[in-house]
Amino acid sequence: MIPTLFGLTLPFLILAALTIAGAVAAALLRNLVHCALSLTITFAGLALLYLNLDAQFVGFVQMLVYIGAVAILVVFAILLTRGAGMPEYRSFSSNWLLGLVLAAATFALLAWAVTLSLPASAASAAPAVTVQGIGVALMTTYVLPLEIVAILLTVALIGAVIVAMPEAKSAKSPSAGKAGAQ
Amino acid sequence: MSLPSQLDQVFVLLQHWVAGLFPVWLQPFVATVLAVVGIVASFPAIFAVTTVLERKGLGRIQNRLGPNRVGPLGILQPVADGIKSLTKEDIVPFTADGLVHFLAPVVLVVAVFLGFAVLPIGRNMVLANMDAGLLFFFAIGASTELSVFMAGWSSRNKYSLLGAMRAVAQMISYEVPLLLSATVIVMMTGSLSTVKIVEAQGGFTGFLPHWYVFTPWGFAGFVLFVIAALAETNRSPFDLPEGESELVAGYFTEYSGFKFALFFLGEYLGMFSIAGFAITLFLGGWGAPFSFLGFVPSWGWFFLKLLGAIALFIWLRGTLPRLRQDQLMNFAWKFMLPMTLLNLVVAGAWRFMGEGPFGGVTRWLVCSAVLLAAYVLLGRVLMRHQKLGPRSYRYAE
Amino acid sequence: MLGEGILKGLGETAKNFAASFVSKDRLTTIQYPEERAPVIENTRDFPFLVYDGEDKMAGLRCVACQICEKECPPKCIYIVKSTDKKPDYVGKPQIYPARFDIDISVCMSCQICVEVCPFEAIKMDTEFELSTTDRFGGLLYDRDQLARSNQHYHKIHPTEAAEVDARLAEEKAKSEAKAKAAAEAAALKAAAAAAAPKPTPAPAPAPVSVKEPTA
Repeated sequence: MIPTLFGLTLPFLILAALTIAGAVAAALLRNLVHCALSLTITFAGLALLYLNLDAQFVGFVQMLVYIGAVAILVVFAILLTRGAGMPEYRSFSSNWLLGLVLAAATFALLAWAVTLSLPASAASAAPAVTVQGIGVALMTTYVLPLEIVAILLTVALIGAVIVAMPEAKSAKSPSAGKAGAQ
Repeated sequence: MSLPSQLDQVFVLLQHWVAGLFPVWLQPFVATVLAVVGIVASFPAIFAVTTVLERKGLGRIQNRLGPNRVGPLGILQPVADGIKSLTKEDIVPFTADGLVHFLAPVVLVVAVFLGFAVLPIGRNMVLANMDAGLLFFFAIGASTELSVFMAGWSSRNKYSLLGAMRAVAQMISYEVPLLLSATVIVMMTGSLSTVKIVEAQGGFTGFLPHWYVFTPWGFAGFVLFVIAALAETNRSPFDLPEGESELVAGYFTEYSGFKFALFFLGEYLGMFSIAGFAITLFLGGWGAPFSFLGFVPSWGWFFLKLLGAIALFIWLRGTLPRLRQDQLMNFAWKFMLPMTLLNLVVAGAWRFMGEGPFGGVTRWLVCSAVLLAAYVLLGRVLMRHQKLGPRSYRYAE
Repeated sequence: MLGEGILKGLGETAKNFAASFVSKDRLTTIQYPEERAPVIENTRDFPFLVYDGEDKMAGLRCVACQICEKECPPKCIYIVKSTDKKPDYVGKPQIYPARFDIDISVCMSCQICVEVCPFEAIKMDTEFELSTTDRFGGLLYDRDQLARSNQHYHKIHPTEAAEVDARLAEEKAKSEAKAKAAAEAAALKAAAAAAAPKPTPAPAPAPVSVKEPTA
């Protein structure tokens, strides 16, 4: 039997501590890249929490998408915009009070939603969801949302390509475009 | 149990026997630890052999002898290399970010080792038979990118950073075709479990196996997967991130001693795991290539195939020159991505033609023709815009 | 077609791989410590001091003129002049180097010292196995370590050494002839002086012939 503390299992406590520590570090560290890396710890902690809840698919997708893509995206954005590695930013912005209120409000809203959605009996057996089941559900019940998301992503992709395309002027002269590409 | 099947299960039986020596509540734990030790011991050993094989093979390709000084025929070279890397001074640049600099190789090696957890090495020989094993592998593979970035950024060296940026851009670009070419297998098997994928390829027609590589979509998928795997593991011809003529050593320029060895190890282990997955997905995993060769242990087949894959990688490295950055990206987005997407469609068509009246030879012909036509056309279009010849410069000259 | 070149290349490397096991003359590498490539005559790496005859110190051609020390771009030569003199190859008393050190670890093998030496005293060696376990002292060569016989010079660079020898012999003959002529002239003058009562100042001694640097 796994030992429990306050009704929570030890693995959960460790993972929760890891996640929260990562999040706090991401908010408080001075170096932006360090913040991004701490955020990755939070992502990993979340993925492990999902796995701890026997939600394999969500856990792995969290890893694939957040650690593999979002973290890299964040890091790229930092490096491409401002000079990374210059710890000149203050850890507290001037309107920290407003931020605190916003954060508290968000937390309260989420907590309220979570407590509302909790089933009456806390100890319910975890539903066995296979990857195949998720796939079938996505392709039958939720096919419309899936398609809408797909269209949204395609639009975003095309938009990104258009933004990245050379300007119309240089596109007209083939030599300039080619020289840029090669 | 007959002798061949006993030999086939020798490691499993050994694991059970050792675990049986412990109290019952400890047994699952001991069995897992034993399997982990097996993986952690055997693949670095293969790494050691591979380094010397690679150097000798490349040497022969270039009409040289390769390393031949340490031990008979130079086979003890990895021992010398190991001692050297262990005794060398560990230099951390003065301005480097010490913690991140230290963590980067550790994260890389840990992530790469995790990938072996779902790799079926033989019959009943997989550490974690997960429902979403393939997804696990790709999720773990994605996190190696972060360690590459950590290494490049924390070194405070422009070559390191450039190499890391190149590596990350390349890995992200080629992860798309890698995933999409593996998706074909998932579509056909109907499972993300690596064990089930191997079992699905277990049958024989006559004496020929039902490997996925022997179908049009499987062959195309295999070729695309191998190309993407080469890029994903930063192997030649996709070794721009460590192009020594441009970037010294890329993201691990500022690493020395054992940390450098860890990067080296991580790179090769990544190659083994991705080659292992290519074998699992397309080459029947641990299955025998002919029905009459079933008496050879399954793990033997796996490692033989792995050796073949490594030899192919070495052969490619000895043959192909390094790509340029724009060629790399063009190839990923203009050739690999359309081909993998088309392969998905072809695989779907194959699946449904098998049920309909067009099974058998017809679907073979149709699917092969579609893929071949697309390959030729895409090649033509890409080559038309390719101006081969001496490079022209805009500013230099 | 796309990929044709790759297959062709793979075939080529496979051919190389297989044939390197069969034909030995494909392998161009020399297994160095056991086998050695013949040293070609124009090989040069680090300077040495030439001596004539049997005795190293007595036969040293160097006269400690310090031209090489001054010309050396990385300043790796260190010379201390002697206070006494010893006869050179002509027989004329000359200063010799009391110390002549070259730091081989600093030397860049430019050969400028050889080019500026008016006395054919410093030449380039072909010895390359100079590694040592002593990082500082081990590569600082003194005149004893630097001295090599003229025979050694003949062995490593025969053509050049023969030219040098011919030139030196010619110079020696010239200076001997000159000395003889000077001696004769001096004898003649002495005789004339003896004949004529008026004393005249003795003529300046014949200048020592200093050979132009061989460029």
